[in-house]
Amino acid sequence: MSKMTMTQKILAFHAGLESVTAGQLILANVDMVLGNDITSPVAINEFERLGTGRVFDKKRVSLVMDHFVPNKDIKAAEQTKKCRIFADDMGIENFYDCGETGVEHALLPEKGLVTAGDIVIGADSHTCTYGALGAFSTGVGSTDMACGMATGKAWFKVPEAIKFVLTGKPKGWVGGKDVILHIIGLIGVDGALYKSMEFTGDGVKNLTVSDRLCIANMAIEAGAKNGIFEVDEQTIAFLEEVGAKKPVVYKADEDAVYEREIVIDLSKIEPTVAFPHLPENARTFDAIGDIKIDQVVIGSCTNGRLEDFIIAADIMRGKKVAKNVRTIVIPATQKIYLECMQLGLLKDFIEAGAAVSTPTCGPCLGGHMGILAKGERAVSTTNRNFVGRMGHPESEVYLASPAVAAASAITGKISRPEEVAGDKD
Amino acid sequence: MNVNGKALKYGDNVDTDVIIPARYLNTSDKKELAAHCMEDIDKDFVKKVKQGDIMVAGKNFGCGSSREHAPIAIKESGISLIIAQSFARIFYRNSINIGLPIVECEAAANEINESDSVEMNFETGVIKNLTTGKEYQSEPFPAFIQSIIEAGGLVSAVKSGKF
Ligand code: SF4
Repeated sequence: MSKMTMTQKILAFHAGLESVTAGQLILANVDMVLGNDITSPVAINEFERLGTGRVFDKKRVSLVMDHFVPNKDIKAAEQTKKCRIFADDMGIENFYDCGETGVEHALLPEKGLVTAGDIVIGADSHTCTYGALGAFSTGVGSTDMACGMATGKAWFKVPEAIKFVLTGKPKGWVGGKDVILHIIGLIGVDGALYKSMEFTGDGVKNLTVSDRLCIANMAIEAGAKNGIFEVDEQTIAFLEEVGAKKPVVYKADEDAVYEREIVIDLSKIEPTVAFPHLPENARTFDAIGDIKIDQVVIGSCTNGRLEDFIIAADIMRGKKVAKNVRTIVIPATQKIYLECMQLGLLKDFIEAGAAVSTPTCGPCLGGHMGILAKGERAVSTTNRNFVGRMGHPESEVYLASPAVAAASAITGKISRPEEVAGDKD
Repeated sequence: MNVNGKALKYGDNVDTDVIIPARYLNTSDKKELAAHCMEDIDKDFVKKVKQGDIMVAGKNFGCGSSREHAPIAIKESGISLIIAQSFARIFYRNSINIGLPIVECEAAANEINESDSVEMNFETGVIKNLTTGKEYQSEPFPAFIQSIIEAGGLVSAVKSGKF
């Protein structure tokens, strides 16, 4: 009689219940509690008020310093210091700072800290990324993080779900970013408010794990509580390679109840760009026109993985970025940075005239490392283009794939990858 | 419990980046956060907000980042209640968890105008626009959430052994 979605099954198991239904409030055990250099200091204050004096499990708390790292100013340094001292006092093993760190949602999967079937809560809205690996993961606030660190539990309202049936295979330079921008354009920034987005169908196998991480990452941009992919051999192979815990695979019941079902033919998706100031303002090149840009950012938890830089380098290799277009390339983790170096991609970027940075969130949230002045425009592979997100309240951010961002860096205006690099073989 | 104040009105999809821009997130000091509250969407907010005022907004209020700094900045600036058509879910959770009352009520969110005098009774869920005389019934909080609010937020609820 269970009739549960993937998400509902994971929640039921972690709440010790046989079944749950949408709308039910539950208290569930969590497998990992995550925080960063912005949210952890607030959580530490709350944790201290709780007075438990210890975290529920030293191995199941991750503190990742990424937003303002390397510390951009004295205040940021104080915040990181507070986290470092806390991690030391509590014996937290997964504390990552400058030199070891990476953007949290790229780092956790890479370190094997998340596996299929897990519940992960993180005091960062893009915690939903790990749904790509078949986990239930969702963003919470600092107070939830504090209570999670102390008790290993969190409260949830069981969500209903929208089922996305993916078919076909993306063509040419189209990747995960185009797919998710297309979907958000379709359903809107509150199209999945409070709900799960469950991705299934034949087309899933035509998306790499990296594509899936990018898609699940932006589930929050449709208002979703989580995004989750059905686990397949690619997921299992990835989890084995990174040395994650043994996966537990949950499949939706055949008769699971969905709020609605949306079929997406991946082969029909075109390179897509989200115009300011909302990710739902998705446009394809027939409606883009001539838009001159001042900056390009390639990186972040959305598109800062090795696959993204391989694509960008394929487009930029042997060419020069347009005059006065600041092009900033930020590998999301130290490992990705190293791999980019070993493959010679950093050389490609530097010779093309791009600045390459150590891992950081930096410009993605208008923190540092590439802030926009009044009236400036950026094409960015990040996930948000809200007012003032990358700098001045009158600057503009256009969200795009690494392929579109790289092509745009070369031409100086928002451009199709084919225009610069021809068809992808 | 009753709250009563003047309405400050905003539109749809007010995101946490405009509620408290990232450039101020290198601190967790409540007063400092409140000093920059709503700066990128309403430069005068800090000057005009008075203790007890009520924020009224459209759909998906608080979307974007999970920063608890956003509801903290709003609460610290003196706002006693937010009424919106709908809230982004992390913002909703965070507000409950820190004890900032927020309520979804489409009709009230649509019809209340800037500067109207508004009152809400938390026991009954009734919102009253004292300027126009109109009343609205909002959905009362589920018991589980009410117990968090009654305890004075999630931390106190956990401390008192409710979890
Ligand atoms: S890269 Fe951007 S979206 Fe991702 S965690 Fe950092 S600030 Fe947030």
